[in-house]
Amino acid sequence: MTAPSAAGQVTIRVELPAHLRTLARVTGEVALPVSASGDAGTVTLAAVLDALESAYPVLRGTMRDHQTGRRRPFVRFYACRQDLSHDSPDQPLPEAVRAGTEPLLVIGAMAGG
Amino acid sequence: MAGVRVLVGTRKGAFILSADGSRTDWQVAGPFFGGWEIYHLKGSAADPDRLYAAQSTGWFGQQIQRSDDGGATWHPVGHEFSYAGVPGTHQWFDGTPHPWEFARVWHLEPSLTDPDTVYAGVEDAALFRSADGGATWSELAGLRTHQTGSQWAPGAGGMCLHTILLDPVNEGRMYAAISAAGAFRSDDAGATWSRINRGLRSDSIPDPDADEGHCVHRITMHPARPEVLFMQKHWDVMRSDDGGGNWHEISGDLPTDFGFPIAVHAHQPDTVYVVPITSDSEHYPPEGRLRVYRSTVGGNEWEPLANGLPQRDCYVNVLRDAMDVDALDECGVYFGTTGGQVYASADGGDSWSAIVRDLPAVLSVEVQTLP
Repeated sequence: MTAPSAAGQVTIRVELPAHLRTLARVTGEVALPVSASGDAGTVTLAAVLDALESAYPVLRGTMRDHQTGRRRPFVRFYACRQDLSHDSPDQPLPEAVRAGTEPLLVIGAMAGG
Repeated sequence: MAGVRVLVGTRKGAFILSADGSRTDWQVAGPFFGGWEIYHLKGSAADPDRLYAAQSTGWFGQQIQRSDDGGATWHPVGHEFSYAGVPGTHQWFDGTPHPWEFARVWHLEPSLTDPDTVYAGVEDAALFRSADGGATWSELAGLRTHQTGSQWAPGAGGMCLHTILLDPVNEGRMYAAISAAGAFRSDDAGATWSRINRGLRSDSIPDPDADEGHCVHRITMHPARPEVLFMQKHWDVMRSDDGGGNWHEISGDLPTDFGFPIAVHAHQPDTVYVVPITSDSEHYPPEGRLRVYRSTVGGNEWEPLANGLPQRDCYVNVLRDAMDVDALDECGVYFGTTGGQVYASADGGDSWSAIVRDLPAVLSVEVQTLP
């Protein structure tokens, strides 16, 4: 299990699609400090996206709408072979993501050319 | 030696084509922002090294990129376009009210005097302005909240504000055009707007002479004579001699008056260029022959310009923002096609050659004349 990097924080691995890696000027996975919440120290998708957009402001609006916060239609969130896209962003992410053994995958949906 | 820089936006990235004043030996840089749609990029008249680019995809939305070194390097700036207040609704294809929803930036128009000020025309139709080099954007809501706004409806390409013209003589005067709402003019720097559609006639709307609902494709002007406007409408090439107060048709002897772009010669205010397209249902040149048409008398009398352009089996389109001119002594004319060619003429249209032939579909062409 990943040791908290600061009080209430864990490091989440995030894999971005190529276009967003280019925008954020990162290569490979992003290791992202994220605040855990509650007694169980869970991490939500919303918290990961908040942290991601805070660390890389250029990504604001690319995964979820600037105003509504809703997921953009052709963006998907996968982890541990599950599609989390339709779950509430306030649901806890799988334990393996929280523990850092699995990444959260941000995917550009297969659509068009 | 003076030179030109041709800024090309395509379906899959941006390209910059550069040459000296002879316009014979071209350097091709790009793709920039590979894989993204670049609806438009344009340089500042006040600082030619300041460029802005509108970068978007259906997947990840809108970005704005800025270069301060003539396109050698770029960095993303602000990309949040929030309608002012509660945006309400416009008319949807089926006539029902539809919420205003930002989709993308179609056109960027830098200020004529301040490199940090730039306007953006967006879909769903609205006008935004940045005064800090693109870092933040604010809507000039007087256009969208025009009394007719709730009745505006999209054209086939979306409800886009695609044309922004800044009057270089009359301070505060600017023009905008929206498909399919029509043309508008502001005399107070974009705070309030008036319709300028008198004289337009569109048989595809219930009242062909209505003062709104026209599918304007592009408007242009010569900077030395800004009260004269030239318009390529869905059908019809039009001219106004009073800043859009009244329009009259100048299609004359064109083989078809459907088309998208329209441009004016840099030194001859009555020399106008259009690219006739077969029809609204056949978006390619008549007879498979790509021809630019030029009028040297301000319209009605047109001559085909075909030397160097394909004259058989050519079925490309030329989109509304994909033609421009340079301001060298012998005016250069440029246009890009949906087939990925960018054609240039260094002699005012008399002869043409392709700078590049195999780019992604070209969405926009803007030309900078460099000292």
